[in-house]
Parts: sequence; C-alpha cells; structure tokens
Amino acid sequence: MPISEHPQLDRDGRLRHLLSIEGLPREVLVRILDAAEPFTDTGSPDSRKLPLLRGKSVFNLFFENSTRTRTTFEIAAKRLSADVINLNVAASSTNKGETLLDTVDNLCAMHADMLVVRHAASGAPHLIAQHLSATRRDQVHVINAGDGRHAHPTQGLLDLYTIRHYKRDLSRLCVAIVGDVLHSRVARSQIHALNILGVGELRVIAPKTLLPAEVERMGVRVFHDMRAGLAGVDVIMMLRLQNERMAGALLPSAQEYFKFFGLTQDKLELARPDAIVLHPGPMNRGVEIDSAVADGPHAVILPQVTFGIAVRMAVMSLLAAAGA
Amino acid sequence: MKIHISGGRVVDPASGLDEQCDLFIAAGRIAGLSTAPDGYVADRTIDARGRIVCPGLIDLSARLREPGYEYRATLESELAAAVAGGVTTLACPPDTDPPLDEPGLVEMLKYRARSLNFANVLPVGALTLGLAGARITEMGELSEAGCVAFGQGVVPVADTAVLLRAMEYAATFDYAVWLQPLEAFLVRGGVAHDGEVATRLGLAGIPTLAETLALDSLLSLARATGVRLHVCRVSSGAGLDRIEAARAAGVKVTCDVAVHHLMLSDENIAHFDPNCHLVPPLRSLADRDALRQGLADGRITALCSDHTPVDDDAKQLPFAEAEAGASALELLLPLALLWGAELGLSLCQTLARVSCDPGRVLGAGVGHLSVGAAADLCIFDPHESWLVCRDTLVSQGKNTPYLGQTLTGRVCHTLRAGQVVFERQDR
Repeated sequence: MPISEHPQLDRDGRLRHLLSIEGLPREVLVRILDAAEPFTDTGSPDSRKLPLLRGKSVFNLFFENSTRTRTTFEIAAKRLSADVINLNVAASSTNKGETLLDTVDNLCAMHADMLVVRHAASGAPHLIAQHLSATRRDQVHVINAGDGRHAHPTQGLLDLYTIRHYKRDLSRLCVAIVGDVLHSRVARSQIHALNILGVGELRVIAPKTLLPAEVERMGVRVFHDMRAGLAGVDVIMMLRLQNERMAGALLPSAQEYFKFFGLTQDKLELARPDAIVLHPGPMNRGVEIDSAVADGPHAVILPQVTFGIAVRMAVMSLLAAAGA
Repeated sequence: MKIHISGGRVVDPASGLDEQCDLFIAAGRIAGLSTAPDGYVADRTIDARGRIVCPGLIDLSARLREPGYEYRATLESELAAAVAGGVTTLACPPDTDPPLDEPGLVEMLKYRARSLNFANVLPVGALTLGLAGARITEMGELSEAGCVAFGQGVVPVADTAVLLRAMEYAATFDYAVWLQPLEAFLVRGGVAHDGEVATRLGLAGIPTLAETLALDSLLSLARATGVRLHVCRVSSGAGLDRIEAARAAGVKVTCDVAVHHLMLSDENIAHFDPNCHLVPPLRSLADRDALRQGLADGRITALCSDHTPVDDDAKQLPFAEAEAGASALELLLPLALLWGAELGLSLCQTLARVSCDPGRVLGAGVGHLSVGAAADLCIFDPHESWLVCRDTLVSQGKNTPYLGQTLTGRVCHTLRAGQVVFERQDR
C-alpha cells in the first residue's frame, strides 16, 4: 500500500490543516507555540484586534455540544478580525438527513475559509480534509476541535504552551497524565505533543479499564497506582471523567474513582514541590480533582484557558498565511 | 457448443497437473485433456497461449445484496463481477434483508441467479429466524430449496443454548454449519482491532479475545454435537491455533480466511480509510503473517473474497460510522497470486485454495479439471497488470482498499458448464 500524502502539510511543509498532533514535525509545533507568544499580550487595546484574518470567514462547525472550546475559537477568530459563524449542527441539518460532506459542501459554497470542526466520530475532520482535497478546494482549511477519542490538537498545543511557559526545558521534565485515557482525545494529543517535543518522562496513571490497548507503544510509562505514578513529577495533567462512564462496567462509582485516582492535596505532595497541575476543563470537583487542589497554588487551569485563545489565534494565523 | 482451448498452461490443483496442453469441452463438460475425443470438431477455439487455464474459482463468501440492498448492488451486477474475476461458484451469506430464512427466498434467489447464467450461486441459509439468534430455521426445507449450509453472516448468536440446539439439529441431518467467531458482547461497538492503531486513532477496539472466546465455544459445541463446522473468516493467529488444536483432537472443522486479512493489517487503516473497516477487523501484522502461513500449509482450508459491495453514501462517512465491508470478487485472483508468489508457492498450491479446497468444503464435486467434470474454467493472463479503479471494476461496489493500485493477473475468459460467460473485451 502506498503511504498516503501527509494530510496536514502542503508540499512545502506548511500547515494546511490542523487535524492531529501526530505526524507533525517538531518545527511546526514550535512555530505554533512561538507564534502564540505575542498573542498572549492583550494588555494594550491595539493588540486586542489584529487584522490577520480580515475578510476571512471562519465557520465553527460543532456536531457535539461544547461551550468552552467553541467560545475560545470564536474569540480567537474575532481577535484576528475574521467573520465568525457558529453552527450548532447537533440541532440542525444533520438531523434532517444531511450528510457531513453535504454540510461541508454547503459551507464551501458560502465561501468558508476555515472550518473548525468538532465531531463525535474519530476521523471526521480527516474525512472533511480528504474531501476538500479530492474536490480541489485546497484554499479551505480544517481545524480539528475534537474528534471522538482521536485528537484535540489545539488542546494538546495549549497544554504544551502552558508547560513551556512555566517550565521551559521540557527534556528534563517528568509529566503524568491521570484519568480516562481510553476515551480521551485530549490525552492522545498531549501524548503526541509531549513526545514530539522530547519530554524527559511521560507517564499515564489509570485503572486498566480506562487505558486503551498497547498504550505504552505511544511512548508512555503505565502506572495503576497513583501515588507511585506521581512520585517526583513536575507536571500533572488531569483528565475529565465523563459521568456516563459510571453506567457501564468500567468503574464502580465516582466515590471509588476519587479514592484511587482523584487528585488530592496529600497525593499532590508526592510530586515535586514546584509541580503544576493542568486540567482541560470542565472540571468535576470531587471526582477527578479536589477543590483544594483545583483552587490551590499549583493549579494553572485558568491560565490554560487564556493561553488557549493565543494558541488558537496562532494556528489560525499560520493557516491563513499558508493560503491556498 | 464444443470449445477447444488451445495452447494454455493447464493447472489443475486437484490432480497436480501443471503442463501446457489443450482442453476439449463438449456438452458442458471436459471431454478431453491433451487429446481430443474421437470425431471432435470444435465450434470455437480459444487461443490460450501464454495464459493459465485453471478451474473456475470457488468463493465461499460473496454478498450479492439481493434481496433488500439492491441500491448497493444487484445479482446482475455482482454475478457479472464474479465471472469477470474468474469465479464460477460462490456461496452467499444469509445476511440479506430479509435474511435467507425461508425457502421461498432461497428459491427466488436460485431462480434469478440461474436465469442470469453467470456464476453458480449456492446460498447459505440462516441458522436462526431473522438471524435473531432465538429460534432455529426450517433447515430441511431450506436445504431442499438449495441451501448448502447454515450460518449467521456477521450476526453472532449470543444465546449459547440456542447455538447448541441449532448445531444438534443440523448434525441430525448432517447439515454443515458455517459461523463467524464473534463473541457478541466483545464485538459490540468496536470497529477496529484493539491494538496500537486503534489506540492511536481513537477507534473503539475489538479484542482478539472476541474471536478466541467465540472459537472456544464454537469448537466445544462442535465437538459435543458432532456437527460439521466451518469457521468463517478467521482473523488472528491465536484463533487459528485454537482451530488447529480442535482439529487435532478430532473435531470436524474447516476454516477460511478473507483475502483482505491475508494481505492487509490494521496499519492499512492509515488515515481512517473506511474501506479498511471490515468484519472481522483487520488485525496486527503478526496476525496477518500467521494467516498467510496458515493458508500456505493448509491449516486454513480456503481463501474467500468476503465480497461486500457498499454504496458510496454509506462509505463516505467517518470510519466508525461507515458501513463495514469491501468489494473483492475481482481482486480474489490477483491477490491470491500475489500471496502465492510472496510465499514462494507453486501455482498449483496457490490456486488450490481458491478452487478444489473450497470445493471440498462445499462437498459439491466442483473445482477440478478431470475428464467428465463440469467445464467451469478460468483462463487468465498471469502477467497482465491492471489498475484497480472505479472504471475497471465490474462490481457495483467500488469500495476497496486497493483503489488506485496496480495488480497483476487478469482474467481473460470464464466458462461455466462449457459456456463462455465472460470474455474480456478491452484487450
């Protein structure tokens, strides 16, 4: 079988779509992070509105409910002077039988320049990108805002940005990802991002029921005992636990989950004294994280949100610069 | 019609014959090999120099989509694809809509297939009513209507008591039971092999356990009931080991592998290629290699296409939402040749797995070229390369992972019961 062309980069190695962190060269990730730096400075009125996407239409195409991610994409696009259109497709045409690709064709006919896509099925943004390529509409860019369990690349990037902001030299860091890795697109993007940038050690901590098969082959060390896994770490990345995970046979109860895998003050003390705690939000206090930790001095959860806007601005401006 | 096939390299895996010789057909049968019968005057001569003349291929699983899924494919389109691929006999699984669970449906299917006069269609009847896994079908009536075996398509029977009764009943009349080893609860929701690739792509996994646990049950039940069991679409090395152990212990069991599982692994899913969404899922490279070896040494009895035409609308969806299956009737021969060449097998050994060996599973006395046998033949050019694309595929199903690739080995003529049912025009 032939190796299919890189779905995210154009012939000159520039970013054409952002579908997944996986497979992106280190330079591309660093370029995005560097490009985000100036966007974090929103102190002066001038820097609140930049003309980089003036005249461009950004469509937020969300097939799954989301408030935070959609809002931050919207803010990012607006700060770049783009026209932003929000489509809540969960309550729209697909319920009337329109297919995903029909929806995309329609938005292209409305002269969309960028599609920010969230979808419940892994690979949906890839499908859209392949469709655009097959129909020679390379001027339209796709940004994956979360697909199934597969990827949430801007989240992975903003987490990377946050860690770089607080810790600088990644090669010396020990990072632990804690929680429902099995269902988490965030975890997958974090794992790729951290490994591409060469983090010193990457751990995942979860019960066996919440780890996907052969996860260690993604370049992580697996721990089932949270106390052992947190020993000496510099960065703790908590994952959100969806309430519906209690319905099946994956976990007995939120209480028991919290007992073994919730981040509490005493478990946090096993990490390095200057450890930081990240969470992609929205948090379930008392399920995966204790309020004392979430609101404590180690948490960088709110800065993550702010950095998220800068990183999304960086991604959009790089895509716009790549052009057709 | 008397047809003289001259100058070809005749390969008959059943007898081990592999030499350049002429073949004489009369009254639908092979009337002579090398030497013509007395007074033979051919109505037509087919020049087969530089080509291989072999038994028509026998495919143990090809979905024709009738009744119920005519928008995906029709008997006409798929039987034309079969003969274009050199297939003269095929078994079709019962997972149509409605399923093949009552004799009228089977008779209609047989009648329609006969009147089209392409490949010979042998329906596999439903083991349970509506494939629902609750009540057994009228196997006697279905058998009289033309069913060669009883199965469930890709729908597992979750209730072991039903499975036991169904096997006991089938064994009473020596009907063969063809089942795919799928553990009902472990396959639920899964779309890809539960390994590194599914983990990376965030696809819900189907563990190898789904196959081995199902096999443990099926093989124990087969041993207990004495039923003739054919395991369809083995997908893992561990599964194959289970089957081999049972056979060594005296269980009457045969098995087949689908051509995609012989050639591809989960890595071919690459960037979510929905044409690689199959049931069972494509498993690891190690599994694929075990299957390739198992087919070569005969632990796997037969190679089948598991042809499943799917319309574009049902495939142009995110991987998990896309309908499973791949179109393969026309790829069976070139891919079998590729496998044989890669393992250094003789043409006889390679072609056996798509002719006399599946013929033995069917017990229909098909798949060989001896004098007196039905003249079901495939004549192909082993060196001709062709591009797999929407235009070159006869099947209405264009859903194949091989789209855009060049394969070697192409059928020139297909004869069934002494009649030319396919002749390539674009030469």
